[in-house]
Amino acid sequence: MSSVDSNPSSLLEVKDLHVYFPIRGGVMRRQLHTVKAVSGVSLNLAQGEVLGLVGESGCGKTTLGRALVGLAPMTSGRVFFNAKELHHKNGKSSNHAMKMQLIFQDPYSSLHPRKQVRDLVGEGLLINGLARVEELDEKVLDILEKVGLGVDHLYRYPHEFSGGQRQRISLARALILKPELIILDEPTSALDVSVQAQILNMLKGLQKEYNLTYLFISHDLSVVRYMSRRIGVMYLGNLVEIGPTRSVFENPKHPYTHSLLSALPSIKKGKRKERMILKGDPPTPIDPPPGCPFADRCSNTQEKCRIEKPVLEPLKKESSQLVACFFQNENVL
Amino acid sequence: MTETVPSLIPKSEPIDYSSTNNESQPLLTIRDLRVHFYTLRGTVYALEGVNLDVQKEETMGIVGETGCGKSITARAVLRLIDPPGKIVSGTVEFDGQELLNLHPKEMRRIRGKRISMIMQEPRMSLNPVIRVGNQVAETLLIHESDLSPSAARKKAEEMLQSVGIPDAGKMSKRYPHELSGGMAQRVMIAMMLVTRPKLLIADEPTSALDVTIQAQIIDLMNDLVHELQSSVMMISHDLGVVAETCDRVAVMYAGSVVEQGRVEDVLHNPRHPYTKGLLRTLPDNASENEDLYSIKGNVPSLFMPQQQCRFAPRCEFSQERCFQEIPGSYQVGNNHSAACFLHENGI
Repeated sequence: MSSVDSNPSSLLEVKDLHVYFPIRGGVMRRQLHTVKAVSGVSLNLAQGEVLGLVGESGCGKTTLGRALVGLAPMTSGRVFFNAKELHHKNGKSSNHAMKMQLIFQDPYSSLHPRKQVRDLVGEGLLINGLARVEELDEKVLDILEKVGLGVDHLYRYPHEFSGGQRQRISLARALILKPELIILDEPTSALDVSVQAQILNMLKGLQKEYNLTYLFISHDLSVVRYMSRRIGVMYLGNLVEIGPTRSVFENPKHPYTHSLLSALPSIKKGKRKERMILKGDPPTPIDPPPGCPFADRCSNTQEKCRIEKPVLEPLKKESSQLVACFFQNENVL
Repeated sequence: MTETVPSLIPKSEPIDYSSTNNESQPLLTIRDLRVHFYTLRGTVYALEGVNLDVQKEETMGIVGETGCGKSITARAVLRLIDPPGKIVSGTVEFDGQELLNLHPKEMRRIRGKRISMIMQEPRMSLNPVIRVGNQVAETLLIHESDLSPSAARKKAEEMLQSVGIPDAGKMSKRYPHELSGGMAQRVMIAMMLVTRPKLLIADEPTSALDVTIQAQIIDLMNDLVHELQSSVMMISHDLGVVAETCDRVAVMYAGSVVEQGRVEDVLHNPRHPYTKGLLRTLPDNASENEDLYSIKGNVPSLFMPQQQCRFAPRCEFSQERCFQEIPGSYQVGNNHSAACFLHENGI
C-alpha cells in the first residue's frame, strides 16, 4: 500500500490510467494492434461530488468506468480509493468493490430475467455476508422504498417492470451495500424524457441524502449539465478538458468541447443556427497516431499538434478548469 | 381557468377534419387514421384517429414518447403495417391520390420512388452482403426501367458523392459493415433521395448517431431536401432536433395527435397540457438546484379503445368531462391546434 502518493482529500484518485485491449491474429495469435481505449486519464473526485463525463461513443468513457470497478483490465496507472490503492487482479477485486458500485446503461439486459426483485436486490447482502436470509425481505424493502418501489414489487420478475422501474431496481441493488461512489454509465439514455426526469430527480435526491459521490457518464450534455457540478470531456481515450460545469459550458477552451457544444441541438436556439460542424468521423482508437488526439479534426491544427501530445493543464494559474491543448489561450472560435 | 363568464364567450367548434380544405392542397393528408394490433393478449388500439397534414416543401416533425404511435403513423402511410396489425379506418391522401385502397402493385411503385423512408439504425436497414453502391443503384433500376445497369451505377456514385461520401468511387464498392454509422446513414440518404421522392419519411434518422455526426447528417438532409423541393416527415423523440429542422410539428400522445402547429408556436407557447409537461421535463430548462418537473403517472394502456382524453388521468387540469368524451382539436392560434377541452372557448 503506497497511500503516501495519494491526495487524502479525494475519495477517488485516478493517476495516468491506461486501458489497452490487444487485437490478436495470425497463426501464433500474435498481437497485431492495440486498442487504446483509455490512454492516460487522471482525475480526482472529492467525497460528495458529482463529476460528469461526456464524450462520443468510443471515446473510452464507459471503459474508464468499468476499469475503476475492475471490469476492464488496467494496463497501467494507479487508482486510489479512500487513499488506498486498488488492485484488480485475476478477476478478484478487493473489498473496496462494495463501496464502489456501477449502474449500467440498459436496464433491460442488466437484470437477471429469472430472479425476483428480492433476490436481485438482496444478492449483494448475502454475498458479502451482511444479512441473513430471514432478514432479507425487510432490508430489501427498506431500499426499495427509497427508490420509489414498494412491497408489491418484492416478488416480481424484471420483465414485469417498465424501463424506468428497472433502472430503479438497478439503483436499489447498488444502494443496498451503502456505497460511497456510484458510477452511473448512461443511466437514462434508454428512457423517455418524462421518465428520465423522474430518475434524475431521484438520483439527485439520493445523492444529497447520503452524500454520495457520482461519476456520471453520459453522452447527453444537457443531462450532465443538470446533474453535475464538474464535467470532464473525453475524446479518443483522453480527457481533453475538465472543470466546473458552468465554466466549461459557457467558456469551452478545447476546440473539441466547443464543437460538441455547438453541435448540440436545443429547443432554445431555434432553427438553422450557425454551427461549427466537425468534419469526418472520430478516428478509431486502434493504434492512434502520436500527438494530440483531436489533431485530425481540429480547425487549428499546427505542426506541433501532430508530434507532441498536449497535457491537461490549468487554464490560468490556480484555475480549476484544465485543458489539454497547446493553444488553449488563443481564441479558437 | 376561471368559469366567470362562460356563456358570453361563444364556444368554438372543434376543427372538422372531414370537411374539404379549400386552402392550398397539402402534399399528404392523414384523416382519422386508426391502426389496431390484434394480439393474443387482446386488441392494441395503437392509433386512434390521427389527423395530420404535410404541406409541400415543408418539414413536419412528429414527436412523442416511446409507444405513442409516431413510427406506426409513418409506416401506415407506406402501408407497412404487418399482421397482427391492421389499418382499420381512415384516409391517407398523397398528392391527390388515396393510398389506402391502392393495389399492392401500385403501392410498390410509390414506395421508394415518390415516398421514401429512412430508418433509425442505418446498418440494420442496409443489406449486409451487397456493396453499398449497388444498393443505391438497385433503387434506381427498380423505379426507372429504361436505365442501364452501368448508367445506374454511375448515377449512384454521383449521388454518394453529393451526400458527402469522400472518394465515392471507391466507397461504393464497400460493404455496409465497413462503414461508420454516420457514413452508413449517408448511404441510406443517398439511396432514398436518388429517386427524387416528393416525400421523405425519416424515422429517428439521427438517434443512433453521436451529436457531432448528428449535426452533419441534419445539415445534409436539410440541404438536399431543400434542393429537391421535397417534403419531410421527421419522426423524433428529441425536441432539440425537431426545433432545428422542422417548420411545423405534431405532438403525439397514446395514439393521437394532441397538438399541432408551427415549431416556434408549439415549443415556445405550448397549449396542450401534455406538451407543456413534456417541455418542462427537459433538463435544458432546469437550474441545477431545482427538481426537474415530471409528469405524474404512467402512459395509459392501449388495450382499451379510446373513450376519453387519454391524457386526462395525468393532467393537472382535467375535469369530469375529460373522462367521458374524446376532445376534438381546437384552433388555438394561427395554424395551431390542440386537442383539449381547455381551448373550447378559443383562448
